[in-house]
Amino acid sequence: MARFVDRAARARVRGAVTSSTPVPGGCPPAVELRDVHKHFGQVAAVAGVSLDVQPGEVVAYLGPNGAGKTTTIDMILGLARPSSGTVAVFGLDPTVAVRRGLVSALMQGGGLLKDLTVAETLQYTSHLFPSTRPVAEVMQRAGIVAIADRRVGRCSGGEQQRLRFAMALLPDPKLLLLDEPTQGMDVEARRGFWAAIRQDASAGRTIVFATHYLEEADAYADRIVLLRKGRIVADGTAAEVKAMAAGRTVRATLPGADRAELTRLLGTDVEVRGDTIIVHTPNADDVARKLLNETAAFDLEITARGLEDAFVALTAEPTDLPLADVTYGGGAQ
Amino acid sequence: MNTPAVQLEPAGSRWARGGVHPALVCLEVRRLVRNRRTLLFTMVVPAMFYLIFGLNSSYAANRDGSGNVSASVLISMALYGAVLATTSGGAMVSIERAAGWSRQLRITPLRPAAYVAIKMASSMVLGAASVAIVYVVAAGTGKPSMPAWVWVVTAVLVWAGSLLFAAFGLFVGYLLPSENVMQVIGFVLMLFSFGGGLFIPLSQFAPALRTLARFTPLYGLNELVHDPLTRSPFSWTWVANLVVWLAVFTAGAVWRFRRDTARV
Repeated sequence: MARFVDRAARARVRGAVTSSTPVPGGCPPAVELRDVHKHFGQVAAVAGVSLDVQPGEVVAYLGPNGAGKTTTIDMILGLARPSSGTVAVFGLDPTVAVRRGLVSALMQGGGLLKDLTVAETLQYTSHLFPSTRPVAEVMQRAGIVAIADRRVGRCSGGEQQRLRFAMALLPDPKLLLLDEPTQGMDVEARRGFWAAIRQDASAGRTIVFATHYLEEADAYADRIVLLRKGRIVADGTAAEVKAMAAGRTVRATLPGADRAELTRLLGTDVEVRGDTIIVHTPNADDVARKLLNETAAFDLEITARGLEDAFVALTAEPTDLPLADVTYGGGAQ
Repeated sequence: MNTPAVQLEPAGSRWARGGVHPALVCLEVRRLVRNRRTLLFTMVVPAMFYLIFGLNSSYAANRDGSGNVSASVLISMALYGAVLATTSGGAMVSIERAAGWSRQLRITPLRPAAYVAIKMASSMVLGAASVAIVYVVAAGTGKPSMPAWVWVVTAVLVWAGSLLFAAFGLFVGYLLPSENVMQVIGFVLMLFSFGGGLFIPLSQFAPALRTLARFTPLYGLNELVHDPLTRSPFSWTWVANLVVWLAVFTAGAVWRFRRDTARV
């Protein structure tokens, strides 16, 4: 876990450098979020996110539905304004960055006109920008040359998604945002889509994609930012996040267990099912030691959890206690 | 917010400022033409109405100002077609909002005002086609009679005046959900057309109804476009009607448009 704190410290240093003194000849961060909050009425969709994405990084923005992924992307695109905090894209106001074609996005669903053909949609989009890549080129890269003359309304979901990808490529953006890009695609289409993205990223484009598929984040991102209830709970490479997330489950028998008392003792949330108590924790040894030394628990059992379990544990509801250090380590201060 | 001087300046181009590229208007017109329903109601129905109402031998050849009644019906039907076309064009924003296209456009350099200009321009192209068809069909029957310059001037006036309804279409398009916007428009424009005296001369209305009709949005425009033919004494109430409704529709469209494009 120390690695995360280090990383956050590095990020803070980077942030300090970029926000006060522009590096001569250097490029400001592709994305710079500073203590960003976004409220919708009483609901806090984003509750204090600070994040730097450096040019060339491929970042997965991971979290369950409702974690604040789309809201954050909307703010990076200038579609939404943060309730507090600042958002900068290449050091510019998001709306300015959009106007200059520095950033484009593949949004979640919609955004297409059914009565245009695939090629016409791209021609239309290309005329909205000061300068773009040729339509033929982006069709090639998105793999939609064969359906160029098809009406958008007759395209499958996967084909429409590839068209959106081609549209996003048109301005040759320095930053590409993908919001749940493979939602509703079958395995084959998903693989093809990521192959295209990966190829594109190797050319040095900064890519931030939101997803709730752990395996996608694992396979395609240099860095994973894990979001829960509007806060960053982890930020690191896939390996780092996995190491952190891959806690253990401690199970023991303790008749008449008092949940509140146990939670206080162990410093983590405890599940009580009859006489059985279950604790999900990254510190299984400590929990086991305390249970055996300080309570009457017996039949103790420690099991490793799968990646999927770990993700759920990291992003699940009542986990404010055990993840407190990680929350701050992730740079959510 | 800090904005260091970075090498991220926009590339130069004629259309670099998020303005209206002519190709966008072409593509919009293509979309309008692909909608069979719109085509039927804006290109076929007005000409058909002329053939039904404009050739009736009991009154078609009767004198009306510097021409005949058939010419007057021609102008009315051209106006009806033009306002249908421009309203439909403007109201397409409703469908585009529902499809998420408006949102998509917001992550491009296109300025919202330029988008409205594109909608207006493509609507006016459709309106011009509608007016041209009614005039050509009517001329083909040989029944309308009016001086050559009146043919030209009334056609241009009808077309230009229909811009008022492009604003109306935008207003309605931003106001109503897409499922029933076209039906609502068809019905409302039918009412406006009766109120404006496009289908039945206002002189045949009951006095109370006639007074009421003078406050409807097509009244002033209809009187103005007929004036070169009828040569009836010019009335400022026509202009007042037109200006007030133009203000209402534009204000309504701007209000809804601002709401739609506001950053939340």
